Amino acid sequence: MSNPSVEQIWDWLEAIPDPEIPVISLTDLGIIRNVEWQGDTVVVAVTPTYSGCPATSMINMDIETKLRDEGLEKIELKQQLSPAWTTEWMTDKARKALEEYGIAPPQAAGGPKRCPRCGGDHLEKLSQFGSTPCKAQWRCQDCLEPFEYFKCI
Amino acid sequence: MAVDKQHLLQFLLRQGDNTLVLGHRVSEWCGHSPILEEDIALANTALDLIGQTQMWLGYAAEVQGEGKSSDDLAFLRDAWDFRNVLLAELPNGDFGRTLLRQFLFDAFQSVLMGRLMKSSDETVAAIAAKASKEVTYHVERSADTVVGLGDGTEESHRRMQEALEYLWPYVGELFESDETDAAMAAAGIAPDPASLREEYDALIGKVLAEATLDIPAATYAHKGGRTGYMHTEHLGHLLTSMQWLQRAYPGCEW
Repeated sequence: MSNPSVEQIWDWLEAIPDPEIPVISLTDLGIIRNVEWQGDTVVVAVTPTYSGCPATSMINMDIETKLRDEGLEKIELKQQLSPAWTTEWMTDKARKALEEYGIAPPQAAGGPKRCPRCGGDHLEKLSQFGSTPCKAQWRCQDCLEPFEYFKCI
Repeated sequence: MAVDKQHLLQFLLRQGDNTLVLGHRVSEWCGHSPILEEDIALANTALDLIGQTQMWLGYAAEVQGEGKSSDDLAFLRDAWDFRNVLLAELPNGDFGRTLLRQFLFDAFQSVLMGRLMKSSDETVAAIAAKASKEVTYHVERSADTVVGLGDGTEESHRRMQEALEYLWPYVGELFESDETDAAMAAAGIAPDPASLREEYDALIGKVLAEATLDIPAATYAHKGGRTGYMHTEHLGHLLTSMQWLQRAYPGCEW
């Protein structure tokens, strides 16, 4: 059996949801930095979002499980620290999916542009941190609903 | 320029032990903070610190070359082998003191990480670049909280001033230099800590002034943590809690 193409492997990886925000995939998040064949081993380079993110080990396990399910046997996961992950690597598709899911996507200005629920733009920060390392808590003063904002780093 | 492995190891242990010990201290607040948002913020800060520890101690273990892991270094060393500054191991005190200590540490890290990003050692530079993003976020929050509490009510102001007087004698150790620091500086791996003092004083001076807090005039500095010469009694207590599982069930793995 010949090795599946690198493009094919990227397609498989695109189908893996982020364990904590399942509406976006690992590739949408921009944390898979490289896929290549080294001999008969496929090497996937993954970069952490936040250094202590507990989802990191889950993500690695999900990648390995998916690739095994697709019939690959020799899989090596490599942690790549540099260049450090930035929310700029998140795809537009992912930003849209986040907003529809109720999480305001990251903005270069450092805060959400509008409330993901009602679209209001009178917003206040409740806390710089949220339920996961990548999010902060905000509230919309128009609809009064609290919401999460995906931090821009 | 080739650098002495023992000096590089010492330097990495100092970085990793600072974030490990402070990360554990901050995590002690989990479930006990004054309000939910602060609880989550402190837990997230602790998490970032522990994450940075995995990178620093992971690299330390690699440099050491004895086949150990970052977990081995964190859980299987005793107090005298730790190289964290005393500031990191001090008990939390009240919420205000915890946040003031965090600010004093975050401010130092923000200056140091900026320099380490240009390290001649690629791994050190990569870890610093990753940590720097988190540190920038931490210092923003801890500075805001210090200003809010310092320039707050009469009671919060009093408590913050007391906290500053308690913590201030532990700040000097951050800028201590020895032969390890000289070796790191000569190899272009890390700056001499003493050279960071001016930038640090400017940064904290601005925030503490806004917080209406007076920096104590006394210059005495407690030291002995980063050299391992003598830790406070608090570190041993912290380790018995942090290392309990490995002490009770040696070699236990998840």
